[in-house]
Amino acid sequence: MSPSGETGMERPAIMRSAAAYGLAALVLLVVVIVALSVGKYPVRPETTFSILWQGIAGTTTDVDPTLGNVIWNVRLPRVMAGLCIGAVLAAAGASYQGVFRNPLVSPDILGVSAGASLGAVFGIFLSLPVLAIQVLSFLGGLFALAVVYAVGLAVRGRDPVLTLVLAGMAIAALLAAGISLVKILADPYDQLPAITYWLLGSLASVTNADLVLVVPSFVLGVAVLHLLRWRINLLSLGDDEARALGVETRLLRPALIAAATLITSAAVSISGVIGWIGLVIPHMARMLVGPDFRVLLPASLFLGAAFLVVIDTVARTASTVEVPLGILTAVIGAPFFLALLATGRGGWS
Amino acid sequence: MMMRLDNLAFGHRGVPIGSKMNLSVHAGEVLAILGPNGAGKTTLFRTILGLQRPLAGHVHVDDTDLSLCSRSEVAARIAYVPQAHGALFPFRALDIVIMGRAGRLAAFRQPGRRDRDLALAAMERLGIRSLADRPYTEISGGERQLVLIARALAQEARFLVLDEPTASLDYGHQFQVLEQIRLLASSGKGVVLSTHNPDHAFFVADRAALMAGGAILDIGEPRRVLTPAALRSVFGIDVVVGRIAGSAHPTCAPARVGGPSGD
Repeated sequence: MSPSGETGMERPAIMRSAAAYGLAALVLLVVVIVALSVGKYPVRPETTFSILWQGIAGTTTDVDPTLGNVIWNVRLPRVMAGLCIGAVLAAAGASYQGVFRNPLVSPDILGVSAGASLGAVFGIFLSLPVLAIQVLSFLGGLFALAVVYAVGLAVRGRDPVLTLVLAGMAIAALLAAGISLVKILADPYDQLPAITYWLLGSLASVTNADLVLVVPSFVLGVAVLHLLRWRINLLSLGDDEARALGVETRLLRPALIAAATLITSAAVSISGVIGWIGLVIPHMARMLVGPDFRVLLPASLFLGAAFLVVIDTVARTASTVEVPLGILTAVIGAPFFLALLATGRGGWS
Repeated sequence: MMMRLDNLAFGHRGVPIGSKMNLSVHAGEVLAILGPNGAGKTTLFRTILGLQRPLAGHVHVDDTDLSLCSRSEVAARIAYVPQAHGALFPFRALDIVIMGRAGRLAAFRQPGRRDRDLALAAMERLGIRSLADRPYTEISGGERQLVLIARALAQEARFLVLDEPTASLDYGHQFQVLEQIRLLASSGKGVVLSTHNPDHAFFVADRAALMAGGAILDIGEPRRVLTPAALRSVFGIDVVVGRIAGSAHPTCAPARVGGPSGD
């Protein structure tokens, strides 16, 4: 093929990816505007848009200040939290799947969520400040993952994928017992409702201050994943092959695991456990854009963000009592996953 | 250019499988290692590639001791071609070949246009350019093997180590892959491969080594090393070796009476 043929092939590819990013940004914007507009105090989408625009541009205005307050101080922090948390949970899930060479792993299955939960629940039990709860949550997540990984390494001669999943389930069950113990010991009028609600996952109580505390962790973790995004492809070949290709897997794997665990734990520490996103969204993204992590990572971030904002909007508007997020994601995620299993359309073999 | 094993001892967790192994492979030659299952071929290869530490001794490429090298420095000298396997995720064949560039790129760098062009050139060279956009999981075993060889070419190492490159292939693909290996050697690559089939050694190798119990029993020109007596002692089966009219290479066949005979 001639060199000019080459460039002729490449240009549409670049335009396609630019179009894809543009489309994703547009979809996300629409989702955000709609999410900000609906609720107990409905606002017309175009009004929402102009309130946002005037807020950003700094021009004050003719709009009812109550509306501005609802959008800026009540709904926006929650929508922002949904965007960030959905994005990072999906990114973490996609990373774990590549790093562990297993399309079935997710923060939930590997016990990371359970470990992070135990850490955070313990922090609530001790009435610690948010930052300390986050640190405990992170350490809990990392600890759970280390134990699961160690078991996976120690048990040889069995299907490593199965070992990892089963070890994760066992460790998660053990950690759940620990959570139950803390719940029994917690103050039933003050701490226990907080713990229970938190364990079901919710963005209702996320404040701007919480978000500001965890965003650095999100940025750091996603930046590491982004910089190493091509190398995650190499890890999915397996250790021997990746090393023979010149990859220092003994540095790369822990770096990626630490980054994914950091963002998972940071998310869990402010929103509680929101299951399924880390498992289901990477699969959806893989169906859309294929397995190359260079595009899978941004696709997972976009889809995860949009998905969680939509789910959270349903959670706060569908009924008079707010439905905990963990329940909704499970109701959507589990059937989706079973369908994936049954049709074999997972984008993996 | 030469790859050299000096007094190499290899094994798992301190328990040696083989020791005091001396061997050299020159650029431009194909060395075929034959031996029964459990002879230690895979462990030897893993040790050569630095995937496990030698228990003693050294692997050199020219004057460089590989045990002192980083992963990317080893990868710049020796490329590994595993047995054609299924990939976990359906990467495009081209993406698999581009992965050969990993050792040449700094940790945070993404492969660029040059890497892509090199990968395409490697595929072109093996006659599989048309597979570039096909998912690796949907092509045949022989095609996968060629893709993995193309990846090793994109790696730009002088030496190639191939672990049973023909093991899972159909009859036609076996010889197609061997022919490509032969061409690579002619272009200056040094090749070490393992095989179970003496015919493959006759077909592709400049030298053959018989390996059993972690030791090289004999090494040299295939026709001299792969005699019926030697094959019998290693594989425990009576064979005859001879040339079929029209073939350029000797052929090995069992002497034992098996199923229905042609007579």
